[in-house]
Amino acid sequence: MGHQVLTGAERRHARLRKFIDRVLPIILSVAVFIAVATVASLLLTVIITGGHRLSWNLILNYPSANPEEAGMRSAILGSIFTVGLSALICVPLSIATAIYLVEYSRGGRLSSLLRYNIANLAGVPSVVFGVVALGFLAYWLGMGRTVITGAFTLAILTLPLVTVTCVEALKAVPDDLRLGAYALGATTLQVVRRISLPRALPMMLTGGILGISRALGEAAPILVVSGILFIREDPTSLFSKFTVMPLQLYNWISRPQPAFIELSSAGIIILLLILLALNGVAIALRQYLMRRIGQTWR
Amino acid sequence: MMSQPKTIGLILTFLLVGGVIGYVGGWFSSSPSSIVTVTEKITVTSGGQTQTTGQLAGEIIIDGSSTVYPITEAAAEAFMNLYPNVKISVGISGTGGGFKRFVVGETDINDASRPILRSEAETAQSNGIEWIEVPVAIDGLVVVVNRQNDWVDCLTISELKKIWEPDSKVSKWSDIRPEWPNAPILLYGPGPDSGTFDYFTERVVGKLKASRTDYIASEDDNVLVAGVEGEKNALGYFGYAYYPHAADRIRIVPIRDDLKEGSECVVPTDETVGSFVYPLARPIFIYVNKKAWNEKPWLREFVIFYLENGEKFAKQVSYTPFTSQYYKSAAALLRAGVTDGLYSLTSIVVWRNAGPH
Repeated sequence: MGHQVLTGAERRHARLRKFIDRVLPIILSVAVFIAVATVASLLLTVIITGGHRLSWNLILNYPSANPEEAGMRSAILGSIFTVGLSALICVPLSIATAIYLVEYSRGGRLSSLLRYNIANLAGVPSVVFGVVALGFLAYWLGMGRTVITGAFTLAILTLPLVTVTCVEALKAVPDDLRLGAYALGATTLQVVRRISLPRALPMMLTGGILGISRALGEAAPILVVSGILFIREDPTSLFSKFTVMPLQLYNWISRPQPAFIELSSAGIIILLLILLALNGVAIALRQYLMRRIGQTWR
Repeated sequence: MMSQPKTIGLILTFLLVGGVIGYVGGWFSSSPSSIVTVTEKITVTSGGQTQTTGQLAGEIIIDGSSTVYPITEAAAEAFMNLYPNVKISVGISGTGGGFKRFVVGETDINDASRPILRSEAETAQSNGIEWIEVPVAIDGLVVVVNRQNDWVDCLTISELKKIWEPDSKVSKWSDIRPEWPNAPILLYGPGPDSGTFDYFTERVVGKLKASRTDYIASEDDNVLVAGVEGEKNALGYFGYAYYPHAADRIRIVPIRDDLKEGSECVVPTDETVGSFVYPLARPIFIYVNKKAWNEKPWLREFVIFYLENGEKFAKQVSYTPFTSQYYKSAAALLRAGVTDGLYSLTSIVVWRNAGPH
């Protein structure tokens, strides 16, 4: 095994490849850094401006013109109520759509049309959903400017996002498993229930989290559908009037008094904490499901 | 098939979860509220009468301008502390959006940062909706420049029109007055959904919603302040209410109404705005559905309460109040059942700032 003689060009080429190999991670980590730094600086700004305004008042009190007493009780409950309900509407619908598209449809024109539509729906500005919901649900169907209308609006808004994730989740299940089951004489329903769905469920949950996070932060469609900001009543039924946190935050930010701007930062912290809690629950659920699959199927 | 009952079970579970959520929602309300609403002490002065509180009950639905929202919020909050059984909700759909609901009788009161438009009035009429127009406070506009701007000492309404009208030829400061620097002018203003924008276009350009569009628009006045603060060649306008909180960051421009004989440059202050000597000040209103006024005693009480304490509420949310005299006489008139002509009480100065009236 003698020394391999490299020509100049080859040597340069080899050096270049090594150089790229060393530089690329640096460039990529800069990209990561930018993303992380943006989030971190946002968080920092919010905590610095609003941290000292965090109090039980903010959670337990109703809105007030006095920043010392103002709270977002009705907004927090309204958000939890509408977003929770919208998830209950959206997630089963998305899973059903995905099951149809992946497991049942034979991939003809109809299914590609459906997919195309869903993808397009994801790009529609959210306020459009609000306007449509106001005209169709609130007035035409007579549901009024209520929690249920808000929930349906958010559900339709998040539907495409969640459906796409659910479709991808089902597609990620190896076909070998399905074919094996079919070979043993399973029906499609059995394949879905026993093979695809359990394996896809963890990823579907991730889609659900994404949807909920998006719905929780939406102000525009709710401004159209509800329009209400000042309300000193908790939402008690599906037909209650309601408001949501982003509306309250938006209003506080645009007030002249600095105290309200601080208050909105504190409100953002609470919104983020609720988001984190929701995500935490979903992640725990996902881990649990994944472990269960592991035990049953490995 | 063996799996069917389970599938049905799954569906039932979903329904059940929905039901539980509904139930929990109900529980939230029915649980004896451990949260004590902080009651503010308010002295209600209603013609020497002392009021026994708490016996009024009913609902008041308010929507409309987000500019008027803070003061209505203050009034609603104080009123509900006094009469816990009156349920008031206040929306922020915008003056126009709110009027759309008001003129079909969906809301009891509309917050308006401008008088009702003719088209809106016609719709109301065709729906048999009558209203009471109640001026509640003053909202002024301020025109501001960067603190380093040392050339602008005053602007006239005509100059503002030249700057802001659609297809404006003004792109440099020297386009306004030749002696001003040959530097690009950067414009900041509210977006087209805001009542401030409506008022400015109507008052300055002369046509509602007619404005050049190549400016940096934000509904959030804090953004406009930050923009003008950071840019030497900037010019912007926004609500007077924001100015005191930004006074040390930007420079205010005195305004002269050159369409009026012998007018002078006026700096907006509480006095000049309150007396409408400053050309860019306007009243803000609530519009009360007359049918609701007649049928709902709690609504009458609320509107009168709003006016009686109007000066306090306006100050509380950094708005400019009318004279104390106005609030007293308007409230007294309303209590006596006189609902017309409140507007003429607002000021002895005859002025033309409010647009179509």
